[in-house]
Amino acid sequence: METSSKVIHAMYTDDDVLMAAVKKVRAERYHIEEIYTPFPVHGLDKAMGLAPTRLAITSFLYGCVGLVVSIVMIDYMMIEDWPQNIGGKPSFSYLENMPAFIPIMFELTVFFAAHLLVITFYLRSKLWPFKKAENPDIRTTDDHFLMEISAGDNIDEQFDILRNTGAVEVTLIDKAH
Amino acid sequence: MYTISNRLKTFSIILIVLGALGVAYGFMTSHKSLEEVKTMLVEEHAHDGGQDASAQVHTESPDSAVSGTADVSHDDEHAVHVQAQLAKRPWSAMYVSALFFMFIALGALVFYALQIASQSGWSPVLFRVMEAISAYLLPGAIIVILLAVGSHYIGQNNEIFVWMNPDVVAEDKLIQNKSGYLNITAFLIRAIIFIGGWCTYRYFARKFSIAQDNAEPGDNRNFKKGFRIAAGFLVFYLYSESVMSWDWIMSVDPHWFSTLFGWYVLSSMVVCGITVIVMLTIYLKGKGLLPMANDSHIHDLAKYIFGFSIFWAYLWFSQFMLIWYANIPEEVVYFVSRIEDYKLLFFGMVALNFVFPFLILMNSDNKRVPWFVMMAGVVVLIGHYIDVFVMIMPATVVDRWFIGIPEIGSVLLFGGLFLLVVFTSLSKAPLTPKNNPFIKESENFEY
Repeated sequence: METSSKVIHAMYTDDDVLMAAVKKVRAERYHIEEIYTPFPVHGLDKAMGLAPTRLAITSFLYGCVGLVVSIVMIDYMMIEDWPQNIGGKPSFSYLENMPAFIPIMFELTVFFAAHLLVITFYLRSKLWPFKKAENPDIRTTDDHFLMEISAGDNIDEQFDILRNTGAVEVTLIDKAH
Repeated sequence: MYTISNRLKTFSIILIVLGALGVAYGFMTSHKSLEEVKTMLVEEHAHDGGQDASAQVHTESPDSAVSGTADVSHDDEHAVHVQAQLAKRPWSAMYVSALFFMFIALGALVFYALQIASQSGWSPVLFRVMEAISAYLLPGAIIVILLAVGSHYIGQNNEIFVWMNPDVVAEDKLIQNKSGYLNITAFLIRAIIFIGGWCTYRYFARKFSIAQDNAEPGDNRNFKKGFRIAAGFLVFYLYSESVMSWDWIMSVDPHWFSTLFGWYVLSSMVVCGITVIVMLTIYLKGKGLLPMANDSHIHDLAKYIFGFSIFWAYLWFSQFMLIWYANIPEEVVYFVSRIEDYKLLFFGMVALNFVFPFLILMNSDNKRVPWFVMMAGVVVLIGHYIDVFVMIMPATVVDRWFIGIPEIGSVLLFGGLFLLVVFTSLSKAPLTPKNNPFIKESENFEY
């Protein structure tokens, strides 16, 4: 932050070239700020050294919450609050009548796991309606790949390296505003 | 090329001998005379007299000689039943184990056919493992049939299938009405068609697979033949498996029927097959014999165990819940008898076959750890043995069940035979197929 608000944008037209470039740039120990691609590039996160996602773990926990909610809800409604005899089903205890509750327990578990997972994803990736789009170059949504590197002291050398990795366009951007 | 080690050979022969001794012990102790059964029952009454209704009658009128005669004839009838149940125990114990190991072989064969028919790119390096496991199908299925029919012809009133007993059928209108389907001749004819169909496919699939190994590069004729028969086999299998499950399993309770029983048996079978495939793969990989199989192959197979375990639980629950909910007497007896006498096994297997693999194999990293998958595999196999046990035993030995020497002996006997057949078959061809169009993709498979 305090060093420089300047970044270098390198454009690529091929995902294989991009992958090779990412490895080269990482080997040169430049910091990759962000990469914009029109589609998922397999293995890009590994090449960039991004930490694995923990969304699956949150989803499991949400599923557990859903299961508990369904159990507490059904137990209260069907067993504690008003244990009616409905068609001879045994409503003396939760366990006795459990087979009838399992479809709901299953669905609520899936419901919580799925929906809360999606909401978590939106929150963590800061997505919502009316959000201002953040693409630095409109071509990255179609057929171009853009790598953003924080500019160091020797910008010329960085430009050379990026051009050598097969970048079709290298530009210096001042992000300060 | 794999050669069966002498240690393994001796190990499986020891298993077979121990198992045979256990089975022999089971047969020697199970056939009791009526008098012995009566004294045994009297002793049991003395032990837990308060629980038994007929024992209560005795205590209420201890000195009544008149009512004693009626009791004696009732006791006689009861003792005859118990005698038959005891006599059926070693037969049923062997039948359960024989079915279990045949399921493994058939499950592996179906999985193999599925991989070929779907032209999957990851599995060809494991084809020889699957072919070896399915080698047990022919001896295994024949043993099942011999036991089913043998229990009728050998000994007295110890049929695994009561509809084979003419005395029972004579008094049973329901079975009489089904006798057009449930008779020994038809049973044998159907069995020959099923076993013949499965083993013919297995024979030709193996033949084409090895022929493809020796084919010129670029010559895919044998691969194409293998693909065509795999598709045909899958159609035949789905029909035959369904009917097989009625014949070989469901008809132990000839008064009971369930429409999704065939799929339920199928799911159990496929889980067992996949589990043994992954266990054998891990074993061979540990010996350095399957260098092409990598973590991702183990991961994929573990995912299949996970998925099919859930599928099994889904079918188990669907069958149980539908019958429990409607509670129609002629259907619900099946579960009543199981929950009364087999409560621990009946619900315990849900924990072993569903809850355990569900929680253990959910994590993606765990599925790549060989010892972890191995452990899950052992639990799943035990669970599915219990599954078969709970399908057969309640109809034959009713409450006289125990997992003792006859049961463990049978598992050792057929387990040893299974190992011997599978590893012998494994040593007959190179472990990695060559010239399979997908082999390159499979070697480089990465998930």
